[in-house]
Amino acid sequence: MSNVALQHITKRFKDTVALDDVSFSINDGEFFVLLGPTGAGKTTTLRVIAGLERQDDGAVLFDEINVNQYQPAERDIAFVFQQYSLYPTKTVFDNLAFPLRSPLRKLPRNEIEDRVHEVAEKLRITHLLDRKTAKLSGGEMQRVSIGRAIVRTPQIFLMDEPLSNLDAKLREALRIELQHLQKTEGSTTLFVTHDQIEALTMADRIAVLQQGQIIQVGTPHDIYDRPATTFVAQLVGVPQINLMKASRENGTLSIHDSAVQLPIPDKLDVESEFLLGIRPEDIRPAADGDQHGEVVLTEPLGVETVIHMRSGKQTLLSVVPGITDYRIGDPVSFNIVQDRLHFFNLDGARV
Amino acid sequence: MSTETRHSVNYSTRVDKVGIRPRLVRTIRALITIFIALTLLIPVVWMGMTAFKSRADAVASPPKLVFEPTLEGFVSLLTKRRQLTAEQKAEYEQRTDLNWADEIALERGQAIIGQSEYAQRLRNSLIIASTSTVLSVAMGLLSAYAFSRFRIPGEGDLLFFILSTRMLPPVVVTIPIFLMYREIGLYDTHIGMILLYTAFNLSFSVWLLKGFIDEIPREYEEAALVDGYTRLQAFVRIVLPQAVTGIAATTVFSFIFAWNEYAFALMLTTDTARTAPPSIPSVLGTGGIEWAAIAAGSLGFLIPVVIVTFLLRRYLLRGVTFGAIRQG
Repeated sequence: MSNVALQHITKRFKDTVALDDVSFSINDGEFFVLLGPTGAGKTTTLRVIAGLERQDDGAVLFDEINVNQYQPAERDIAFVFQQYSLYPTKTVFDNLAFPLRSPLRKLPRNEIEDRVHEVAEKLRITHLLDRKTAKLSGGEMQRVSIGRAIVRTPQIFLMDEPLSNLDAKLREALRIELQHLQKTEGSTTLFVTHDQIEALTMADRIAVLQQGQIIQVGTPHDIYDRPATTFVAQLVGVPQINLMKASRENGTLSIHDSAVQLPIPDKLDVESEFLLGIRPEDIRPAADGDQHGEVVLTEPLGVETVIHMRSGKQTLLSVVPGITDYRIGDPVSFNIVQDRLHFFNLDGARV
Repeated sequence: MSTETRHSVNYSTRVDKVGIRPRLVRTIRALITIFIALTLLIPVVWMGMTAFKSRADAVASPPKLVFEPTLEGFVSLLTKRRQLTAEQKAEYEQRTDLNWADEIALERGQAIIGQSEYAQRLRNSLIIASTSTVLSVAMGLLSAYAFSRFRIPGEGDLLFFILSTRMLPPVVVTIPIFLMYREIGLYDTHIGMILLYTAFNLSFSVWLLKGFIDEIPREYEEAALVDGYTRLQAFVRIVLPQAVTGIAATTVFSFIFAWNEYAFALMLTTDTARTAPPSIPSVLGTGGIEWAAIAAGSLGFLIPVVIVTFLLRRYLLRGVTFGAIRQG
């Protein structure tokens, strides 16, 4: 395992810039998540690290060694593809053994067998070893494809949305398994996803990618509590953050098109008009609340309930634990947690 | 319509239980297929029959369906003979060292004086057709892979150029090729014919194979590259097994082309490299057309193609390239 650094990577495809001056580094043993919407350049980043795509500019370093000129095989990385990409003409055993049989490694036959069995046991696929891969279910295929990656000890694991083709339950199970695996092996992992839940739950650190640019790098905590832009703020958190235009006047802060008015926090250095972000869990219905509105919709999810509240023309989302007895049309009073407000300039940058 | 007109359905509506009709349809289909197959096979069967007919039976009118089989045709095909005078014939009939082929020739008043060139022609055909097939499939495979996987400047134009080499009918280019071949000493050589057929088949095999390779997801090779293999190793170990269907189909088509080719072979060979197609009709022989011999020659000519197709039939059927890639 080693640490991996990207320095000013730029990659163009014909007219589009897929990656625009991307730099970040992954520490040894870290679970690093690349988060971003479809088309942000996440997969391209992985492919550049793997050497499957040559960057137009910039350098990829493994343990401070520039690997720009290295072939994919020489980079010694393991790649888990979104589409699994198991070799269709081979059995599960042969798929797992394939990386070990590489002429680069020249392992003796019995060692290959030992390691394949060890990995199969770890992923609970021992009973599948003799099967042809085409006859496996999606979850089994993804297990095998993860197995093919962990059967050796590469510099880094690259995982390209490995869970996105699985159904929700399986995804959750495999997510936990993967996390457990990564922690016990202490492997350096770069995991690509567009799913913010996967990112928040699994990552040691997250890099948010938007249109080929790194917007923010930080711990899940950083990303969630101190989003660098409105884009990041909206990308993480379900339900989405409440984001509204607001303005300041004589020591009060008022949200446009609504009756919500708040005292202005001290030391707030912001234009007279700005964007205000409030996480749904920071809007707390209370009988003696300072703000007032009307319930327009409730979404009881069991563990929590999302309450859509209207104040003026604005609809605010609030999350409360458990199931509430608010009915549509009920008047509702609520408080807003003052010290957890997010301020952004109109161009989206955090203040 | 009121509710009164609604009948209860008290019989099964399952299609598979309807019985007789689907089975009847299947039987009719099978019969039609068999009929078509038999119709298509008539010329081949006729050829096979003619090969075993005597000279008289072969041209009998009305055609004979039932006849006494003889190897006369094969003897005339495979041997060189000399016409005997009546005295010589009588002398020959006294001899005891004659084998069955001599006997057959003798019946027609001929003595065998050596082997015909048929076997050598067939060998030429085999050498030229199989070498050019192997070459054109191998080279076609590599270039098809390159066209399919790499960004090649002017890819479309190049592909069209490759295809365009096939656009002129052979007859049009034979004369220039004849002149060129004579000049550089490739006339009537195996290498000359192999080169020509390879070049001719290459365009076809590039296009056909490109289609097959395009269908193999590139993630497989990328997985192999990452797993510690070079491009070539990944190609051999991952792409080839999946391209088997395409390779088989291309092989069969290329082989059949090279095997059947007539115009070039007629113009560009005389003896050492002459292939079977232009030589079979020349068995015409002395004293009338030897239909039995021609049929026998054609029969022998047919066998290698049948063998090649038969060996590859498993791969010719589609459905070998099932994948373990989920189309998300």
